[in-house]
Amino acid sequence: MPKPVKLGPQPGNPRELILNSEVCPNEWQLLPQQEEGENIEANALPSGKIILPLRQWQAHREALAERSAEVGVWLDSDEGAELIGREAANLPLIAINFPAFADGRGFTAGRMLRERFGFKGELRAVGGFMRDQLTYLQRCGFNAYAFEGDQSLTSLKESLHDFGDSYQSGVDQPLPMFRRRF
Amino acid sequence: MYRYDDRDRAIINDRVAQFRGQTERYLAGELSEEQFLPLRLQNGLYIQRLAPMLRIAVPYGLLNSDQLRRLARVSRDYDKGYAHFTTRQNLQYNWPQLEDVPAILAELAEVEMHAVQTSGNCIRNTTSDPYAGIALDEIADPRPYCELIRQWSTFHPEFAFLPRKFKIAVSGSEQDRAAIRVHDIGVQIIKRGEAIGFQVLVGGGQGRTPVIAETIRDFLPEEDLLSYLEAIVRVYNQLGRRDNKYKARIKILVKALGPEEFGRRVEEEWQQIKDGVEKLTPEALQWAKSFFTAPDYKTFDDAASTAALQQQADSDKAFARWLERNTYPHRVPGYRAIKLSTKPTGVPPGDVTDRQLEAIADLADTFSFGEARATHDQNVVLADVEQGQLYELWQQARKHGFATPNIGTLTDMICCPGGDYCSLANAKSIPVAEAIQRRFDDVDYLYDLGDLNLNISGCMNACGHHHVGHIGILGVDKKGEEFYQIQLGGSASNEASLAKVLGPSFSRAEVPDVISKILDLYVEQRRAEEPFIDTYNRIGLQPFKERVYAKAS
Repeated sequence: MPKPVKLGPQPGNPRELILNSEVCPNEWQLLPQQEEGENIEANALPSGKIILPLRQWQAHREALAERSAEVGVWLDSDEGAELIGREAANLPLIAINFPAFADGRGFTAGRMLRERFGFKGELRAVGGFMRDQLTYLQRCGFNAYAFEGDQSLTSLKESLHDFGDSYQSGVDQPLPMFRRRF
Repeated sequence: MYRYDDRDRAIINDRVAQFRGQTERYLAGELSEEQFLPLRLQNGLYIQRLAPMLRIAVPYGLLNSDQLRRLARVSRDYDKGYAHFTTRQNLQYNWPQLEDVPAILAELAEVEMHAVQTSGNCIRNTTSDPYAGIALDEIADPRPYCELIRQWSTFHPEFAFLPRKFKIAVSGSEQDRAAIRVHDIGVQIIKRGEAIGFQVLVGGGQGRTPVIAETIRDFLPEEDLLSYLEAIVRVYNQLGRRDNKYKARIKILVKALGPEEFGRRVEEEWQQIKDGVEKLTPEALQWAKSFFTAPDYKTFDDAASTAALQQQADSDKAFARWLERNTYPHRVPGYRAIKLSTKPTGVPPGDVTDRQLEAIADLADTFSFGEARATHDQNVVLADVEQGQLYELWQQARKHGFATPNIGTLTDMICCPGGDYCSLANAKSIPVAEAIQRRFDDVDYLYDLGDLNLNISGCMNACGHHHVGHIGILGVDKKGEEFYQIQLGGSASNEASLAKVLGPSFSRAEVPDVISKILDLYVEQRRAEEPFIDTYNRIGLQPFKERVYAKAS
């Protein structure tokens, strides 16, 4: 599909998030995508832990080599995990945007990063996903959930435990049930 | 049939609890209409014109008598005492209260049933051949593979929010009775030597843009079924269109890329995962097959039992007719499968009352090892009936209104609920079905016409399979009025074809006359024993068009 000319909804920067099943302060600043042709210079990027849109990360990867521990990347829903590929293994954080909860491409991207590209860092869901997707997100390898809006994270995180078992393989339970029944 | 163990039970109970919480949050105003929508849909709950509609999953159509009795009880306690068999071998309730749905799901979970993924943009109930396990032309029983697919697809974390709904059908016989060529994925069991494998087709479908599926793999080894399906759905999840719901089905993607390129991408993805954990182990295959072994058949002398049956048929013409139309050959000597018709004149096709559901349970217990099967043509099969008991079964079926001897004939129509219930419909379909049944209620004429599928959909979403009816009727909206377009020549069999539009549409009152003209021409033109579809294929659309639209002279 051709990339839309207009930028889609950009994920925000909530103050707190769910990380490894706990409510934690959000220590990372996610930067929005730039219009085509606009580019922030590497030395003009904010200090501290930042999450860059894919294209900016691609442009500045080398210039930011010394900051690698505090530079993460975010993928929009039309950007597949293969665009980061094996580089994922060296990243501290990857965020995946869900422009709408019904856009399920991010589930595949999450699984690919974990299962195919060796990503071990924080995998963060950002954007318009919803509470009732938490078990699916977790099974696809996400461990951080940056909800937007004013919902209580303490009550939201209960939904991480909606299901106690699963039929097919996933990041949390690599063995499908048919390999565990006997 | 498949029976749950503690793990299956735990998962379904978790789901019931989850949906109870979601419904409470919705009723308390914590979930918006928009947020609740995909949650209720993935539990089979639609909001229809007059009331919610709840679609219960019947995995590949199999039901036992306990389940039938529970479905009856639920229809009595929570609905208006009837239910509707769908074209995906499922069952729908048309009048439940939204706040009762969690309790209904809990009642169903007790008999190993649920409404998981019966709607929404996810992998739906896998469908199959209602004669699985007993058909003479069976290559291998499709049900173990259907069950493995059911488990793999249930709450698949990656594929719960696909671009659009996704339907898989499996056929295990030479004659395709599962309409696999009009599914997102069609799986055809084949054998190479003694090795079981699958021919895999993708991109078929009905709806607004009907397409016949294309083969992307000639032979997939048995153990690779799930990993290959995972590769297909993964490619679709990443590349399927999400900007326009009418272009979001996999058929559009397969057309856009071309089947070769689509197949190449699937193959590329599959190479990465084919030797992974989803590869079926010999134990898993053995285990899945262990649920679908032959019941305890008796040994009969086929010739003697057939002769006795013939004698009964000779002395009772009504029974003979039922025997001819409503029973089906069985691979075990002395047995037959029978079809209970849900389509007597005046009843919406597929509708059954609570008492009838209980009667099916009783008939199944008495005559067919306690099991029944919902079919995609909205009838019910009892698969394992002793020939010597057919007469007794027929009498009981008749008492309960199931013995209309019209299976496979014009009045055995596939029909969606249409404008009487469905908020998507452009036009009603049930009254059209009834008008046709009333017009053509002469049994001798129906028999003379022979095999004839007439399918009716109330809108272009094609739930009534009008594209693949020998005669298809499609409800359309013309400036706020209900009209009906007639199509001819569709088929969902091995030689699948899509029906062609005859011409301008008709008012509801005109439809029976139009059908009558079409049938008259067929009767005039047919060669000896030639079924309608063959005559159509031989003479084409034009003569029918001329007859139907001829100016009165």
